[in-house]
Amino acid sequence: MDVIYEPWPWYVAGPLIALVMFLLLITGKQFGMSSNLRTACSAVGCGKFSDFFKFDWKAQRWNLMVVLGAIIGGYIASVFLSDNTVVINPEIAQQLANDYQITSAGESYLPPEIFGYDALSNPGTNILLLIGGLLVGFGARYAGGCTSGHAISGLSNLQLPSLIAVIGFFIGGLVMIHLIYPLIF
Amino acid sequence: MRYFIYLIIGVFFGIVMFKSEAASWFRIYEMFQFGSFHMYGIIGSALVLGVLGVQIIKAKKIKTLDGSEMSLKPKDKSISRYLFGGVIFGLGWALSGACPGPMYVLAGAGYGSILIVIFGALLGTFLYGIVRKYLPH
Repeated sequence: MDVIYEPWPWYVAGPLIALVMFLLLITGKQFGMSSNLRTACSAVGCGKFSDFFKFDWKAQRWNLMVVLGAIIGGYIASVFLSDNTVVINPEIAQQLANDYQITSAGESYLPPEIFGYDALSNPGTNILLLIGGLLVGFGARYAGGCTSGHAISGLSNLQLPSLIAVIGFFIGGLVMIHLIYPLIF
Repeated sequence: MRYFIYLIIGVFFGIVMFKSEAASWFRIYEMFQFGSFHMYGIIGSALVLGVLGVQIIKAKKIKTLDGSEMSLKPKDKSISRYLFGGVIFGLGWALSGACPGPMYVLAGAGYGSILIVIFGALLGTFLYGIVRKYLPH
């Protein structure tokens, strides 16, 4: 049984992600997990506020099905296939405990200090999560794609714009972790 | 029924994201601290196979199942939109520890507060739609 609960190593996961991309290509679609946000906005009537949301969203319903599948997949994996702990580099775990009092590395999948139900009653944490999501949604649409759309689909097709976007992802990520985290936590 | 295949692909993707730990805040933090090869290995190995596969598709002119062209359109040329948009995305990715795919996976895994992140992402998408005509593209 332990084998089931073990995390999948990168050399298993990476090829399986490539497989997802090829499955979508062969069915005539493109792998990308952020355009569904635009589809969802259109579906709830945001076309009243901006032409950006005036398109035939019903033709994009397939990506809402992928989203629904991802939700179900997350449920199946967490309930049946995982002990929901993530072990990271011990030095990073120690540094998290020292710098940010996040001591749950190795014991949980997400830090309860940020995502637990206790943290949910902390307005500051909620605002950070909201801003984080907002930047992700805004940035993904501005850049025309997210990690799957640019770092996997776009780079696989040797697209220079995707390389620029991925460099941007890492500039933003490194600035957040190394310069902004120490200020806000 | 024709949408069922996308549901199955999504389920498979969700399981891969969760089991590979790519949906874990800890792994994203560790990646930006250069603490492990794990995330770079996932993206890198997906990419090597992706590049090889796309080259084969192009060389052999492989079509989709219903015989049409594959969605491999060249992206519009621009530096500002990809760089600025990318940086904004990266800030959010590291702040919330989640990108769009894993958000849904985590919602399915029962992490309630990820719904705040998803709501934020929808709001961000909406805001982009409102202000996009004022932004450099």
